[in-house]
Amino acid sequence: MPAATVTLFVQCLVDALYPEVGEAMVQVFDRLGVPLLYPEAQTCCGQPAYNSGHHREAEAAARRFIDLFEDAEAIVCPSGSCVAMVRRHYPELFAHQPIMRERALQVARKTFEFSEYLVDVLGVVDLGAAFSGIATYHDSCHLARTLGIREQPRQLLRHVQGLSLAEMNNSDACCGFGGTFSVNYPEISLALVDDKIDNILNSGADIVVGCDVSCLMNIRGRMSRRGENLRVLHLAQVLAGEERA
Amino acid sequence: MKLGQDGDYVAAAREGMGNPCLQGSLRSLQARYGKGALDVWKTLPDPNLRSRVKARRMQTLAHLDRVLELLSQGVEARGGQVFFADNAEAANGYILDLARKRGVKRVVKGKSMLSAEIGVDAVLEAEGIEVVETDLGEFIVQIAGSSASHIIAPCIHMDRRQIGRLFADKLGIPYSEDPPTLTQAARKALREKLLTADMGLTGCNIACAETGQISLVSNEGNIRMASTMPKLHVALMGMERVAATLEDQRELLQLLTQGAALQKLSTYVSFVGGPRRKGDPDGPEEFHLVIVDNGRSRILADPEFREVLACIRCGACLNICPVYGRIGGHAYHSPYSGPIGAVVTPLLHGINRHADLCKGETLCGACRDVCPVENDLPRMLVALRCKLAYGDPGWGVRPHNRLEALGFKIWGRIVGHSRLYAAMLTIARALQRPFVGRNGMIGPLPGLKNGWTAGRDLQPMAEQSFRERWRARQNNNPATADNSRETRHGR
Ligand code: SF4
Repeated sequence: MPAATVTLFVQCLVDALYPEVGEAMVQVFDRLGVPLLYPEAQTCCGQPAYNSGHHREAEAAARRFIDLFEDAEAIVCPSGSCVAMVRRHYPELFAHQPIMRERALQVARKTFEFSEYLVDVLGVVDLGAAFSGIATYHDSCHLARTLGIREQPRQLLRHVQGLSLAEMNNSDACCGFGGTFSVNYPEISLALVDDKIDNILNSGADIVVGCDVSCLMNIRGRMSRRGENLRVLHLAQVLAGEERA
Repeated sequence: MKLGQDGDYVAAAREGMGNPCLQGSLRSLQARYGKGALDVWKTLPDPNLRSRVKARRMQTLAHLDRVLELLSQGVEARGGQVFFADNAEAANGYILDLARKRGVKRVVKGKSMLSAEIGVDAVLEAEGIEVVETDLGEFIVQIAGSSASHIIAPCIHMDRRQIGRLFADKLGIPYSEDPPTLTQAARKALREKLLTADMGLTGCNIACAETGQISLVSNEGNIRMASTMPKLHVALMGMERVAATLEDQRELLQLLTQGAALQKLSTYVSFVGGPRRKGDPDGPEEFHLVIVDNGRSRILADPEFREVLACIRCGACLNICPVYGRIGGHAYHSPYSGPIGAVVTPLLHGINRHADLCKGETLCGACRDVCPVENDLPRMLVALRCKLAYGDPGWGVRPHNRLEALGFKIWGRIVGHSRLYAAMLTIARALQRPFVGRNGMIGPLPGLKNGWTAGRDLQPMAEQSFRERWRARQNNNPATADNSRETRHGR
């Protein structure tokens, strides 16, 4: 059976700040021969507005997303929190609008996070990737807790040649990002990200891997200010690493 | 302390983060109890226990009027008295009136957050009545003139050296930092008070309508003494703290002690349903149950927030919250701290007034996972933020931050139009150029003392967005262009 066409949901932060993460995801799918679509009109799923309580604006973004994506066979996104937004919060936003809610549920059912799609839907754990180093994996909050995805990224990492995994303490403790929280309460946010970074450093790893660029942006931004030089990478970037011979 | 004292969340948070003793205690507390509770839930013999109990809890709340009526009938049948207090003033008035009539000079208290919520201590003290906490942690906090910073472990912000100095100063014992010595000193001081008190004032963990009894759990035994030794026992109970059946009550008590302290059952569990009966070896001559509303009806009536009344105040959410774990309990300016405090304090005492509590969390969801009754506190925090965003006359909420609202209006415009969005990216890219440092990051921004770049570098926007790279890919690869180019166009 030919693989279903994947419609790429490339969240705003990846689009604007980390396009290389989106490209890495494309490379992985290319390697697997998965046909891709990318609706160029996509912008943001509405999560920042939703988390801040601005639900009218979030609802408009959600409608727009549903309009753009509802014909897709499968929607794949390199972010746990954006997928959590679509899967859990879109249906909540339309709780009192039965038709929209039904459409939101339809879209929710076929929206997947990147590692989840690879492991649970395509059944692939070995992408033939090679990458040298010791990686520690950061469980991002919405991926691990809202979506329950903890093992899939680790499984994928374990199959990368040349890479070893070193678990950090409290790998699923929040990195302190929290969207506007990090800007409104910078001191608290910094205390949290410092805890995270200390755990990362204590793991002995030289690469931090995660599945949400918002956490990675936070961790990397703080590390950069602290003068720590670990590499901070999205899972897709590791999986797109050199194919092994 | 009265519920919802005004105070600066950020300033108190800073103080907590700068207190090394608090930081150390919070770290060990969270390492042991927060994670421990998660492990307990994972190994429950009945994996559906929590969701089943939650469903029962919600069912009970839906019939709260009838359940409370049954409870009060049970208590009254045994000669106890029940008073329904609409608000703090009514509850305090009832207790004060009773104290006056019975000539009460000294009140001993069992741990009760509700008593702090309604501020009954100050009311009694203003009348010249001595009020003594008998829970060790509450006692320490009381004589220190401080306030509780954890709902189960009130004095977690103090270490034994501080407590040693406090005891030397207030109890007149030689300085010691040996916990058993300190405990002995407190016990001796408290025994005297317990033996001579005229009224015991306790809370209630979970009452039961079927049996007409309240229950009280403790590990120190003080609550049992406070509720049996004085002639008069007054129990304060939030109107939601009731189970319909004995079976429900048992399950809730077990979830409570496991969530709070990983205990299958606490050392003491007392069931109290009325005054001493003929032939009883001990017990008070009078028993009064004061059932307090104080804003709970309003929560009950709102389906978005009703769930928070399922809370059994176990404190597990405090033991796992990364924000509480750093800032400590005083930042919440309420007897209810941590995630539960962040939801319930604004609901009870003003959403605008406690806007920082609604907004000052990361929504990481750890509290939802650890809660024995599966309360979705992050969902309720977002619902509170929604009230702050647009205002809500029903809750008396004014829009909180017009600038933020304007920001999201503009944001809404931009993300609603992909061409405008792309244009904004181009403009931002041009604007950021002078700020990008040699390491490729944006460093501290001049004129911005706070915000993101105060402590973190900022990733600048890429020179080419993913959208632009995708387009280039399509153009370079005409073979795939036909079947994979997106045909829809931006609005
Ligand atoms: S919200 Fe849940 S975890 Fe927090 S105190 Fe209440 S019952 Fe315990």
